[in-house]
Amino acid sequence: MTAIRRTGGQADCNRRDFLSAVAGTLLLAARPPVRLSAQSPDSLPGTGPSGRLWDPSRAGRPVAPVTAADNDAALQAIEKQIRCTCGCNLDVYTCRTTDFTCGVSPAMHREVVALAKAGRTGPQIIDQFVRENGVAILMAPPKRGFNWAGYLVPSVVIVAAAAVLTVVLRRWTRAAPAAATRRPVTGVAATPEELERLNHELDRLSL
Amino acid sequence: MTVLGSVALWVAFLVGVWGALAGIVGGLKDRPDLQRSAQHAVYAMCVALIVAVVSLEVALFRHDFNVEYVAAYTSRNLPIFYTWSALYAGQKGSLLFWATVLSLFGSLALLLTPRHHRVFLPYVAGVVALVASFFVSVMLFGQANPFQRLPYTPVDGNGLNPQLQNPGMVFHPPMLYLGYISITIPFAFAMAALLSKKLDADWLVAIRKWTLLSWLFLSIGICLGMWWAYVELGWGGYWAWDPVENASLLPWLTMTAFLHSVMIQEKRGMLKKWNLALIIGSWLLSIFGTFITRSGVISSVHSFTQSNVGYFFLAFLIVAGTTSFAVYATRLPLLEADARLESMVSREASFLFNNLLLIGIAFSVLWGTLFPILSELFQGTKVTVGPPFFNQVNIPLGLALLALTGIGPLIAWRRSSLPNLRRQFAVPATAGVFTLLVLLVAGMRDFYVLMAIGLGGFVTATVVQEFARGARARHRQYGEAYAVALGRLLARNRRRYGGYIVHTGIVILFVAFSGMAFKTETEATLRPGESVSLTSPYGDTYRFTHLGISQYDALNRQVTAATVEVARNGKNIGILTTEKRQHVDGLGRPTFQPSTEVGIMSTLRLDVYTVLAGVVNGTEQAVFRFTLNPLVWWVWYGGMVVALGGLIVMWPGGGAPAVKRTQAGYAVRLVAEQ
Repeated sequence: MTAIRRTGGQADCNRRDFLSAVAGTLLLAARPPVRLSAQSPDSLPGTGPSGRLWDPSRAGRPVAPVTAADNDAALQAIEKQIRCTCGCNLDVYTCRTTDFTCGVSPAMHREVVALAKAGRTGPQIIDQFVRENGVAILMAPPKRGFNWAGYLVPSVVIVAAAAVLTVVLRRWTRAAPAAATRRPVTGVAATPEELERLNHELDRLSL
Repeated sequence: MTVLGSVALWVAFLVGVWGALAGIVGGLKDRPDLQRSAQHAVYAMCVALIVAVVSLEVALFRHDFNVEYVAAYTSRNLPIFYTWSALYAGQKGSLLFWATVLSLFGSLALLLTPRHHRVFLPYVAGVVALVASFFVSVMLFGQANPFQRLPYTPVDGNGLNPQLQNPGMVFHPPMLYLGYISITIPFAFAMAALLSKKLDADWLVAIRKWTLLSWLFLSIGICLGMWWAYVELGWGGYWAWDPVENASLLPWLTMTAFLHSVMIQEKRGMLKKWNLALIIGSWLLSIFGTFITRSGVISSVHSFTQSNVGYFFLAFLIVAGTTSFAVYATRLPLLEADARLESMVSREASFLFNNLLLIGIAFSVLWGTLFPILSELFQGTKVTVGPPFFNQVNIPLGLALLALTGIGPLIAWRRSSLPNLRRQFAVPATAGVFTLLVLLVAGMRDFYVLMAIGLGGFVTATVVQEFARGARARHRQYGEAYAVALGRLLARNRRRYGGYIVHTGIVILFVAFSGMAFKTETEATLRPGESVSLTSPYGDTYRFTHLGISQYDALNRQVTAATVEVARNGKNIGILTTEKRQHVDGLGRPTFQPSTEVGIMSTLRLDVYTVLAGVVNGTEQAVFRFTLNPLVWWVWYGGMVVALGGLIVMWPGGGAPAVKRTQAGYAVRLVAEQ
């Protein structure tokens, strides 16, 4: 039975539902007392006065309603390039939509929104943050100066290692026939047919 | 009990120092009395450390809040499950856990190693005792004694960080620790081989199970960590390239490289220097990971509180690295290869390139992790190296590695002929191209996703082809039914076919990772009864209706739970609950900042991920973040397949005879070629 329905946060009940609810309440009141545990305070969906929580302080830091700017993909893309300065190692977008105890990322988000409203482009907004906080505010180092080392060294090292490996392997493969003839081999009793069959099986199974 | 614990720590330290000296000196001087004493010292150390662990657990369960560690990480109302896991929740307890497990693994290695490998054991005992003594010394001399008492006794403890009160955190840290710790055993055998100059393949046989065990623990630990991050941290992802995450990946990468390159040494007697270097490097990286986690030198959400133990680890890292590679350098002349590479188109060569990529990825991860420090050092500016950097550098390398995962098993050992290559590659390459075309026709245009899934099709086809050919061969040779042949194929050569199962798991993981490219999300403020819609990458419309908010007390927390009804294309598919939790101590006092519990509905296609951001003006009007994460379930499934494959590979029996068969085959071939 749905005695009270909620539509858009407004209580909506007819006379019949109201009388049913009153009767149900009286029946519950006449029931033998139930030992209430600490879990009993329960606002139950839609039954709190004016939708107010029983204890709002338990629900964490109050938040503001979502605005169109909060879901703006372009602003989110900007925020994903800026690091939250609360020490969480996350970008502003991830932090403000994850760590709801953080007061820093919402403030940084508001600044991004304000700069965008003032007509700044994405790169200009990012530049503004870099001017205010230094390059450490960026989630990835800007591609200039020493930072190129950050981007290029892994690739250069791997390419160089691959080149060295290729040269070494070529040298090894050239030296291999001579080494193979020097290798002591113990005799194995097998007929040529058996050897042929074994070779065939080894090749087929790629052992 | 804490007095007993402290005494046990001192006993463990003194016995460990003796064991280290006796083991190494006894081995070098060939003194059986010292060798025996070293092994007994490791057993004694293990017993002493178990006594210390039991003492700490007793203090935790007795709520002895006069003990600083107990007061810092538990409270009277903390569930028993988490009271137990508080043992490794903090810096001091985790050091004790580490030292204890290491001494336990050391004792097991000494007890279980077959008699013909006994020559290594004095050194193994010495190295294990040395490393374990170091960890105990950090507790005793680095202000990290878990039995340290407070000058007063708090009425209740601080409680455990809410984010650690999750089943994932009960199993993830110990698994990762077990992975890190167990690398010490192969390292100890490697050092034993170097010190004893017994550098044939014997030490490799002795450590085979330990390397697999360590790799398996690391794999499971990393996957559990991803799962924990996903279900607990609430950001909708599972990997953020955080320095501590990276630190766990580094030894996994080098151990994976070792597990491949060791096959070349076993089969061809090559890469002896490389394999030793990989084991030493893997162990040093495990210590490096510990240093990163505990020093605070690089900021991370996973770090323990900053303390001076970082200096201990840095000093140990430098001394251990220098000593190990110095011993290694003196033995280089003894590490010449028995054979030479015969062709560039051989499995040996493909494994070497696989090693190159694995080590390359490890290097780039290490480089990115340390780059903020280098930047500060060289240009005086600290920079942030986050996911954009790591993705840019590592995704192409990862895809190249995925390609080699398929190519390697298709190329024959020693040399491959063109007809052989054609026969081996025809079906897998066709499967890969077909997968790619299907995706292109379906409208997929993301380059990396196309490559990941296309290569996934190629690698899967190689695995299926290998199983099919093997089963067909058994069917022809022994007349077995195909199902029986498949089972016996796996049972008789667990290493090879278990490895293919691991490859399948890796493919599943790569495909699942690519799903993240199609993540969609929205934030919405909803009053009870109001809805918001979100379109999935598959084109389905998901409708989220806010039903209302409940508040209640549960265990050690005050809960604010928002309930959301989820409908797909107008059809109700279930209800999700997402919570705000205010944890309290036994007196009802708030202990930590409110935490968020996400609501997740998983299907094979995607996860519906709901987060309660907070409420507006203390009413039921709530702010939510709704995310649709494609293919996330496959990440966990891929992890399970990897673990299953690893278990099959390391399951006793089945492996060695195959190796011997193969070696016999080569011997026969060499005779034939002469």
